[in-house]
Amino acid sequence: MKEMEGQYALELIMKGKRIDERNFEDFREIKIEKNIISKAEGSARVKMGETEVIAGVKLNTGEPFSDTPEEGVLIVNTEFTPLASPDFESGPPGEDAVELARIVDRGIRESKCIEVGKLCIVPEEKVWMVFVDIHIINDQGNLLDAAALAAIVALLNTKIPKIKDEEIVRGEYEKDLPVVFKPINIVVGKVGNNFLVDPNFEEEKILDAKLSVSVRDDEKICALQKQGKNEVSMEDLEKMVDIAMKKSKEIRKLVK
Amino acid sequence: MTKTEEKMIVNGKRIDGRKPDELRKIEMKVGVISRATGSAHVSFGNTVALASVHGPRELFPRWMQESESGIFRCRYNMAPFSVEDRKSPAPDRRSVELSKVIKLAIEPALFLEDFPKATIDAFIEIIEADGSTRVAGINAASLALAHAGIPMKDLIVACSVGKIDGTLIVDLNGKEDNNSECDMAVAMIPTKEKVTLLQMDGVITRKEFSELLNLAKENCKKIYELQKKALKEKFG
Repeated sequence: MKEMEGQYALELIMKGKRIDERNFEDFREIKIEKNIISKAEGSARVKMGETEVIAGVKLNTGEPFSDTPEEGVLIVNTEFTPLASPDFESGPPGEDAVELARIVDRGIRESKCIEVGKLCIVPEEKVWMVFVDIHIINDQGNLLDAAALAAIVALLNTKIPKIKDEEIVRGEYEKDLPVVFKPINIVVGKVGNNFLVDPNFEEEKILDAKLSVSVRDDEKICALQKQGKNEVSMEDLEKMVDIAMKKSKEIRKLVK
Repeated sequence: MTKTEEKMIVNGKRIDGRKPDELRKIEMKVGVISRATGSAHVSFGNTVALASVHGPRELFPRWMQESESGIFRCRYNMAPFSVEDRKSPAPDRRSVELSKVIKLAIEPALFLEDFPKATIDAFIEIIEADGSTRVAGINAASLALAHAGIPMKDLIVACSVGKIDGTLIVDLNGKEDNNSECDMAVAMIPTKEKVTLLQMDGVITRKEFSELLNLAKENCKKIYELQKKALKEKFG
């Protein structure tokens, strides 16, 4: 059954069409909600069509790494909850979950969008640790772009709690988390000689290859990862980067 | 290893005396592990990777078998003593991700349809790490597959490129890796010039991306010649 759905998507793409009647460079409808979880210091829900992802940010204090004694710590984790797909199982994260979390992590970390130098409380002793936990709620394809988008929206809306007598006062806030860039992740899929963005679940099955590109506000590329089974020519990689850079501008307008 | 304030490029030379587009001393040897079907030893300067290939062999448990095709599995692992601070021997998130992308980087070279119900297993062990370990591992695994006599469309070749002090460089060592503005790992099918692995982090412009990709291609071709030489030394 699964293969049949993919096969139909493939036949349509070869005719220049998509299973949900989008153009190749169209995203599904994107809905973003902010501050959906009151217990979290920052949070967001992103829906891309039926795909749904929640990101929650929690701040704790902790010891800095010895090589960066005056910088806060960023940790990005992704949970493929079994409720999101019959293909996900509970237990330790599989390689797909680990890869996704690490790509989202690199997009945020390498873009230097969080000013980690401003997250120091006591040098060498105490800094803010920023935990971004991404929960996949429904997998209808392109989890990566949805997860990265949820993460950056949640971070942009994160507030740093007050500290009183060396204890965190939950629910009372001192200031906003210092976020200076909005990196946007765009996955570009390749099927034959066609390139498309925001592949849905059926399309993901039949893509020859994908390129995940994270782009910063100043049009600099801050992370890349080739995915999928097939090899890609250098010219095609260049085309895919161009599409991603163009689409990133459009998606960034949704991020506040 | 930590970030330093030290200049990474002085008078056009890198910290280890290399020019920006110069590879480290590369050594390659096949047939280093007698119990394996195929094996290889690859070093880029102080980075040392060992790879062995077992199979094709019957795949157990049976439910994992594919009736129409064989499967290829790959494990990348860093030895606890390969880095400055001992690494826990348990697989970490980095190794899990790298094992996956390395498998996908090598798979396009194999004819898995010729081995129904079987598996080909490649194991990469980083004995000493001084930057660019994943590409050393890919070069080693590719050689080990060839040494095992497994039919391949081509060898897979990999190299790392990056940007440091505003200069584009090739084959980053550990210290450069920690202080670079960007590092990018590329694996390709050299005769077809098709890319099978691309991972980049750091901050670069669109133009620098094209330049880095070309720099990687040029150096992959040099490494390809060394791989062929290593195989000829064994079989030629």
